[in-house]
Amino acid sequence: MGFLTYVVLPLAVLTGAAWTLRAGLRSVAGRFGAVFRAMPLTAAFGLTVVGLYILAALLAPAIAPYGESQVFDEFNLFPGENADFVLGTDQLGRDLLTRLLYGGRNTIGIALMTTALAFLIGATLGFVAAVLGGWLDQVVSRTVDVLMAIPQLIFALLLITILGQSTINMILVIAVLDSTRVFRLSRAVGGNIVVMDYIEAAKLRGEGLGYLIFKEILPNAAAPLLAEFGLRFCFVFLLIAALSFLGIGIQPPLADWGTMVRELSIYIGYAEYGDWQAASLPLLPAAAIALLTVAINFTVDWMLDRYSGLKS
Amino acid sequence: MSGDRPLVTIRDLKIAGLAGEEWLLIVNGVDLDLARGEVLGLIGESGAGKSTVGLAAMGFTRDGCRIVGGSVEFDNIDLVAAPDETKRGLLGRRIAYVAQSAAASFNPAHKLIDQHTEGPVLHGVSTLRESQEDARALYARLRLPEPESIGFRYPHQVSGGQLQRAMTAMAMSCRPDLIIFDEPTTALDVTTQIEVLAAIRDIVEQFGTAAIYITHDLAVVAQMADRIKVLLKGSEVEENDTRAMLLAPKEDYTRSLWAVRSFKRPEQPLAGRGVQPVISVAGVTAGYGKAADVLHDVSFDIHAGRTVAVVGESGSGKSTVARCITGLLPPRQGEVRFNGEALPARYRDRSKDQLRQVQMIYQMADTALNPKLRIRDIVGRPVRFYGGLRGADLRRRVEELLEQIELEPDLYIDRLPSELSGGQKQRVGIARALAAEAQFIICDEVTSALDQLVAEGILKLLDRLQRELNLAYMFITHDLATVRAIADEVVVMKDGGVVEAGPKTEMFTPPHHDYTDLLLSSVPEMDPDWLDRLLEQRGVDNIGEAALVRLDG
Repeated sequence: MGFLTYVVLPLAVLTGAAWTLRAGLRSVAGRFGAVFRAMPLTAAFGLTVVGLYILAALLAPAIAPYGESQVFDEFNLFPGENADFVLGTDQLGRDLLTRLLYGGRNTIGIALMTTALAFLIGATLGFVAAVLGGWLDQVVSRTVDVLMAIPQLIFALLLITILGQSTINMILVIAVLDSTRVFRLSRAVGGNIVVMDYIEAAKLRGEGLGYLIFKEILPNAAAPLLAEFGLRFCFVFLLIAALSFLGIGIQPPLADWGTMVRELSIYIGYAEYGDWQAASLPLLPAAAIALLTVAINFTVDWMLDRYSGLKS
Repeated sequence: MSGDRPLVTIRDLKIAGLAGEEWLLIVNGVDLDLARGEVLGLIGESGAGKSTVGLAAMGFTRDGCRIVGGSVEFDNIDLVAAPDETKRGLLGRRIAYVAQSAAASFNPAHKLIDQHTEGPVLHGVSTLRESQEDARALYARLRLPEPESIGFRYPHQVSGGQLQRAMTAMAMSCRPDLIIFDEPTTALDVTTQIEVLAAIRDIVEQFGTAAIYITHDLAVVAQMADRIKVLLKGSEVEENDTRAMLLAPKEDYTRSLWAVRSFKRPEQPLAGRGVQPVISVAGVTAGYGKAADVLHDVSFDIHAGRTVAVVGESGSGKSTVARCITGLLPPRQGEVRFNGEALPARYRDRSKDQLRQVQMIYQMADTALNPKLRIRDIVGRPVRFYGGLRGADLRRRVEELLEQIELEPDLYIDRLPSELSGGQKQRVGIARALAAEAQFIICDEVTSALDQLVAEGILKLLDRLQRELNLAYMFITHDLATVRAIADEVVVMKDGGVVEAGPKTEMFTPPHHDYTDLLLSSVPEMDPDWLDRLLEQRGVDNIGEAALVRLDG
């Protein structure tokens, strides 16, 4: 019963919404509509889910029933037990639906900032290395190799412990660590572009590095970078959730999904007694994470297919 | 089997290609008959559908294409309806294909002979041993050096011309009834092309194989084909016996193809003694990285209003000279002077004005124009960068430039390069060079990627611009017909050195340097007897690589 209400039903509703969205977009005339004419249902599903997440994140203060860390007397309520708390409350008596919405807002917002920063660092260095080459390329590339050789999660744990736990530090550490992957990609993509004759023509014209990167290379690298942005965002998002789960990510009283999984994980023990509903409580934030990851992958897959002929 | 029935019969063939999300007809009702042992030449511009028709004769279409109508019959087998299994039994065994780029068609990880024997063994035509014996015999027949052992080399260990001949041998391995040659010599130098042509013709005649020979080069098809079929935009223009067709083409389009190369610009007066050349390459020796020299003491002058054609085969160093002039490759010795003043060796050390004076037009317009920039930005950027024009002034100047290259400004200014044809792209490349208001332009094989009619238009445009703006051109090419059309002076290069240099008229009248002689005599002419005559004159062992080796010795 619970499975039907909390898993099958939402997925069916989302799929239905995706179907409607696609039908709506297809009917739009002109070039805008043409973009969506060949869109598979998976991509529509991805777009719908991502759109809903963004809306929920932006409007969290407006649509959440209570305040982010508002505490009630009724703690440890299960979903459906009390009509005031649709998804129940946690061990401190905070409304789980509210925590879920705010958690999305915090995790998505921070992940987005981190990914953007990682791209700023990685793409700039990657393109500069591709254009200039020589010893500079060697130095940056080998440094990146070293950084990539260390397991990311452990490295992040280590750095955050050394630098001290704070949201800013976490953003900086993850951004730097993730920029290595972005560097690799943009250097490779840039390397394919800098051998083109139009780059040679621009160099011979006497153009500076800034013009070469932003006017000549970036427009041609936009498609693969955009796709990578989607995937990178997923990884950053998962990493933040993992760090929060381990207790050094986003700190209370801020809500976030990783922390929620950890806090609710005590319920897993109920499975032993056959109380499946209680045992599946930690799956709420976990499912929120999984759904977004899947949705972004669907969307990116479609974009890659459409704009670059690359398949991830 | 009845001897009268044609081997291949194609009736009303229609093939559609996927463009974006629509299917467009790219072959529009072509009929074709090919008798056993006959060679049919398929010619036309790029996009005429000649390769598509050629592949359809094997019952095959490229990805994104499909046969939507008509029939293809090979020896009474309907290839359109035939199941894949039937086709697999035919392909390689009774129908073979020779692609344009042998280097891309051979698997680089396997030896030549292993790839050669794969087909016959798989099809059960012969055993491995027999097939290897046969490979050696074919290699010898195709005049490959060391036929006994060359098969044990990997594709990268033999030259382009040898690889193309090995590919022909491979196509022959099952003694097919039909071979489709898709531009087999287009990527080769003239001296190499001729020996591949001789080899293909010899082997096709020897085994009585029918062939479809696809090319855009009329002079080549004149040597190879019994009959010629001309295609234009997916439809047949006309078909006739080679000799009849060459003598009296019926259709206007065919006549225009024949008449191409008629362009010849008037002789320019020689620059007087003591006149300052615009560009003077003085004793340049250069090489890449730490490797040996690629250029050896190269010197020549280019005067205002004159065109110097630099000719030579691939690897002769002609593009390297251009890199030295532009400053991409600093010479190890010697210097490049502009109006008598030495230019800094590296382009980074040159002033904006020095950079402005040397402009380049590239061979591949596709890679020379940024696909994400609009024409207004591509042409406008140098105007703004060097001239500092902005706003309405900038737009007016860009429009003026587009008019100079004969493109309607209103129609083209906001387009992306992908929305232009090959010739138009090349014109935009010219406009970008003009926008810098340079005195000297390097044209690097600017017409070799274009169809002949389009190429002629580009040459005429370059000629007009030269007269109007008194430009000096350095024209890098391997195509001697282009040299005849546009050059004032010719510099012949080989192995990084200048072999011969002088005014065009001198270069095209004997006596020549031996290498120039080989180069000139290797250019196919529009005469079906040319190859026979040449082979008779020079002897089979004195063409192509063999002759080059002899020259070096």
